[in-house]
Amino acid sequence: MQVALFVPCFIDAYYPEVAVATLELLERLGCTVVYPENQTCCGQPLGNSGCEDDARACETLFVNNFADFDYVVSPSGSCVHHVRDHLTAVPQDARTQKVRSNTYELVEFLYDVLKVREFPWAEFPHKVGLHNSCGTLRRLGHAQPSELNLPFFSKPLELLQGVRGISFATPARPDECCGFGGTFSVGEEPVSARMGQDKVRDHCNAGAEYIVSADMSCLMHQKGCSDRLGLPLKFLHIAQVLNGVKE
Amino acid sequence: MSKPVDHVNIARKFIADEDHIQFHDKRLWSMRELRDKQAHGIPEWEDLRALASQIKEHTLSNLAGYLEEFERKAKANGVIVHWAADAAEHNRIVHEILSSRGVDLLVKSKSMLTEECDMRPYLEERGIEVVETDLGERIQQFDNEPPSHIVVPPIHKLARDVAEVFADHIGTDRNNADPHYLAESMRQATRPKFIRAGAGMTGCNFAVAETGTVTVCTNEGNCDLSANVPPLHIASIGIEKLIPRMSDLGVFIRLLSRSALGSPITQYTSHFSRPREGSELHYILVDNGRSKRLAMEDFWYSLKCIRCGACMNTCPVYRRSGGLSYGGVYAGPIGAIINPTFDLKKYSALPFASTLNGSCSNVCPVKINIHEQIYKWRQIVAEAGYLSFSKKMSMRFAGKLLGDPKRYRKWMGGAPQLLAKLPRAFLYNPMNAWGKQREMPEAPKQSFHEWYAENRKKENK
Ligand code: SF4
Repeated sequence: MQVALFVPCFIDAYYPEVAVATLELLERLGCTVVYPENQTCCGQPLGNSGCEDDARACETLFVNNFADFDYVVSPSGSCVHHVRDHLTAVPQDARTQKVRSNTYELVEFLYDVLKVREFPWAEFPHKVGLHNSCGTLRRLGHAQPSELNLPFFSKPLELLQGVRGISFATPARPDECCGFGGTFSVGEEPVSARMGQDKVRDHCNAGAEYIVSADMSCLMHQKGCSDRLGLPLKFLHIAQVLNGVKE
Repeated sequence: MSKPVDHVNIARKFIADEDHIQFHDKRLWSMRELRDKQAHGIPEWEDLRALASQIKEHTLSNLAGYLEEFERKAKANGVIVHWAADAAEHNRIVHEILSSRGVDLLVKSKSMLTEECDMRPYLEERGIEVVETDLGERIQQFDNEPPSHIVVPPIHKLARDVAEVFADHIGTDRNNADPHYLAESMRQATRPKFIRAGAGMTGCNFAVAETGTVTVCTNEGNCDLSANVPPLHIASIGIEKLIPRMSDLGVFIRLLSRSALGSPITQYTSHFSRPREGSELHYILVDNGRSKRLAMEDFWYSLKCIRCGACMNTCPVYRRSGGLSYGGVYAGPIGAIINPTFDLKKYSALPFASTLNGSCSNVCPVKINIHEQIYKWRQIVAEAGYLSFSKKMSMRFAGKLLGDPKRYRKWMGGAPQLLAKLPRAFLYNPMNAWGKQREMPEAPKQSFHEWYAENRKKENK
């Protein structure tokens, strides 16, 4: 199966190891991974700021880079949410529609398309606090949000349960937003930081050693808060754990 | 038009007070937890929400007809019905009813609509004393503050704050912050007002077209005293409060208090259809921008709101910034989507006071797509030119850069510069804000792009 890899701008710049883990994991699972080199960003920071005009060139580029693929996979829930639900600055022609419906976040691609459940090469003998980002939880449907009276399920949890030795710590407010919110993190710094501090304290009190998430941007923010507070928490993208990172 | 609300800095001050923010966050979160318990105890909860949403959408789509039916039924019951196009007309009508009957004291139960109309100062300037009889609303009235929460107006105050306010206004012991003592003192202070008042006023939770009935849901009994003790009862009704039939009411009653406070039902559910013998009942149907909102394709769903406050209780931003930081009558997520319809410039910051996390939409009993509307409002704010100059400039720059891969890669340069550069593309001088309470990520040796060129392209050749 041929898969195009979309590496969001901040992962490219700050967390290359997450993109490498995603690439290797997909290859392990038998995918042929193509990395279109003209990619930059999905346009989310612009769209989330209300700037549709400014987002147009970036979104056009995204469509041009990825329209020829049946599967586009990205290790970032919020970017995939943008592509799927908010790629509205460009004409909604067949190519755009195709890109919007063919772009998958890594966890859902593994769970729903490849249908893998076991990761025999991976062992992670640590206590993990799973952070379901709001985009993956409430928009991409990774898991059942706590607000709804519907049966429980959690795709990332099921995947992580396929890793040897792993155990979990559940915070008191498992679905609470961590306060990253893209440009919100700097535009609304006081509230954003407070939310982040509350989040990492909650995980810490629950006994987590690692916070693991499908959204690196949330983790960047949480790690920033945790390190400043001097908490002993460590942070990993779910792709790294599933790919068998040794810690 | 007035000065834009500075949500960020009001929130900053709110957060600086550790006692208050902790109490505020925990109290509201416990309301959310109680709500969850109630919602999860009803197997058909999600169906109820869907049904409530459909009933509201149907009613709003046929509003003119239902309003006329409501008026017809009410008149036939002996109610005097008034129509107010805006807040000013509403206040004029109330004043005229009161002054023509020589009323100089009005007791009222809680109503977000009269807050919206800023009615209290209007009447007070004209010599009519207005007494809020809802405990929380009375606290806010004394303290000269708007409600900071739709259901619990003084939620941002600790008991010791209330003790201060009451000491100043009704002479209670400043050092006694026992809630029972404070509530009982207020009860004693308010009772004589009910007896002396020439008129009582209530809001309206649901207006039933089929019967011309106004239903009010409260917890303190003050609504029934306000409506039933004085010889004149005025009910102010936003035109979006209509529901078609009495049999629809149960759907909403089951949802309202469970969503709001996590209790199965309010202590009092009072229905008013006709004047008591020897007294008058007036309805004032108020538009005040609602028709305009109804015509907005992306935003008319906000009129489904039943003012339960659940979106505020669950909102992680509201819990940490306080209702007053929204600078308007409505706070929290619902405030962020309603207030801009009154004054876009003034409330232009509110759609950005959100992480778009979507919890609000999930708890909303009438399934308003609140966070999607917040997202859309950002576009309206940007189009109207109300983004800050630096934000506008950085977005324009980022847009050009991200649309041009060659320029982007050249600008990004090598790894050492990466850290500082990327955020700078999105926000002017963002490092100051990021770094105040957070560490920066560590600089990697190389970007993924560079790693790929080094490790994979050669292999592929
Ligand atoms: S928007 Fe929904 S959740 Fe918020 S107050 Fe209105 S009805 Fe309640």
